[in-house]
Amino acid sequence: MRNRVVITGMGIVAPNGHGLEAFESALRAGKSGIRLQPELEELKFGCHVAGVPENIDELSEKYFTEEQLFAMNMSIRFACIAATDAWTDAGFAMPAVDSDDVDWDTGAIVGTGIGGMDLIGKKLVPFTNEKRVRRLGSTMVEQIMASGISAKVGGLLALGNQVTTNSSACSTGAEAVIDAMFRIRSGQAKRMLAGGTEEASVYIWAGFDSMRVLNRNHNHEPERASRPMSATAAGFIPGSGAGLLMLEDLESAQERGARIYAEVIGGAVNCGGHRMGGSITAPNPTGVQRCIRQALGDADIAGTEIDAINGHLTATFADPHEIRNWATALDIAPDKLPLVNSTKSLIGHGLGAAGGLESVASVLQVHKGFVHGSVNCEDLHESLEPFAGSIVQETREFADLKVLAKASFGFGDVNACVLFKKWED
Amino acid sequence: MSKDEVLKKVIDILSKYSKTDISAESISMETSILDDLKINSARLVDIVLDFEDAFDIEVEDDDADKVNTVGDGVELIMAKI
Repeated sequence: MRNRVVITGMGIVAPNGHGLEAFESALRAGKSGIRLQPELEELKFGCHVAGVPENIDELSEKYFTEEQLFAMNMSIRFACIAATDAWTDAGFAMPAVDSDDVDWDTGAIVGTGIGGMDLIGKKLVPFTNEKRVRRLGSTMVEQIMASGISAKVGGLLALGNQVTTNSSACSTGAEAVIDAMFRIRSGQAKRMLAGGTEEASVYIWAGFDSMRVLNRNHNHEPERASRPMSATAAGFIPGSGAGLLMLEDLESAQERGARIYAEVIGGAVNCGGHRMGGSITAPNPTGVQRCIRQALGDADIAGTEIDAINGHLTATFADPHEIRNWATALDIAPDKLPLVNSTKSLIGHGLGAAGGLESVASVLQVHKGFVHGSVNCEDLHESLEPFAGSIVQETREFADLKVLAKASFGFGDVNACVLFKKWED
Repeated sequence: MSKDEVLKKVIDILSKYSKTDISAESISMETSILDDLKINSARLVDIVLDFEDAFDIEVEDDDADKVNTVGDGVELIMAKI
């Protein structure tokens, strides 16, 4: 059984916009969501800037009841706002709280990298150390268990199929989309809400700052701080938010007359085994190339059929390696590389949410026929000169954009690549 | 503090945890916290912590376990203030 899988709804809570309309405008206009975070400066981080979605308290009050908000940490809030948006965008009404109807055909894979840390750092650990365990209340476990995120989404939407939270570092969100695709393709679910969420927390970012992988050279100009593919790239900028996509069995989507954004034609995940140049923090190039080729094989298309790439491209030393890996995997010359951009240049690196946020950006581009500008690489890294013609710095219309490849790579030497195709009847 | 005042405060606390809209008129001392007010049983822990904060009392675990109705809560608080 190989059911075709399409995307019928999306929800986005990004540092540069909430909702598809605001996010698309931000992508097209090159609007950055990176801002100064005074708390980082106070805590003596090297990096003082980050991408954090705005107005979340107001949004939460609009979307949820006091009872629902009682046990919702920030990563769960991001996910539940995006889930509500994706659900209604797909054409469904929010289920009534007092109804016993369960949607057995729909599930959710909502991943996170290091979610829940803020509550752990600010409440669980101090209360426990102060011998105040009794005062923690009932809501710690449901918020700090990794699957607390998907659990809340499952209850919000009365989902009855598989409901889980995956975690594979920075490839989490893309992996969720790919796993959801396979589940629908094999007939185990009609619909899966998939993507990732990551909260904004100093306790998540501290370890990266200490590793010196965050850019600390642009604290005075936040919007220029996230610099994928730039000669002056000096580390990534932490981001946060949630991006979720409603993947649906084509037959189900057509039966109910749903609007279709794109088809998910293939995907693959793998691990480089921490060998051949790979490690816990660096990708094995052979693993990356195999993952991309496997995705092409899964979709049964050639590398030359890829029209655009939404890269992982974080603004570390790895960007030039990633671009070379794409050319090798697609088996094409540098000057023939498809158009490439990095959404992280605008929103920072959303870690476990990155693949979800960037998949929404990818599908919007496929659906609307444009490629958004990748900002802050006007001083292109010298080893990327051969690819300069393919690196999109200014947003351009691209009506013939048919197939876009989205990849995410993560600590642990893990890789994920998913292929979105413009929907045509 | 009178019993009516305690009841009013208890209803305010319970309303935060209820999945339905609670109107004070519909609540009596016999109202079941879990069944009638549609409150998740795990939240009884939080409700008792709120009682402690709101009335400046301490509730032993054994006493907390005996709270099933709104009246149980009110009586528990009345005995301690």
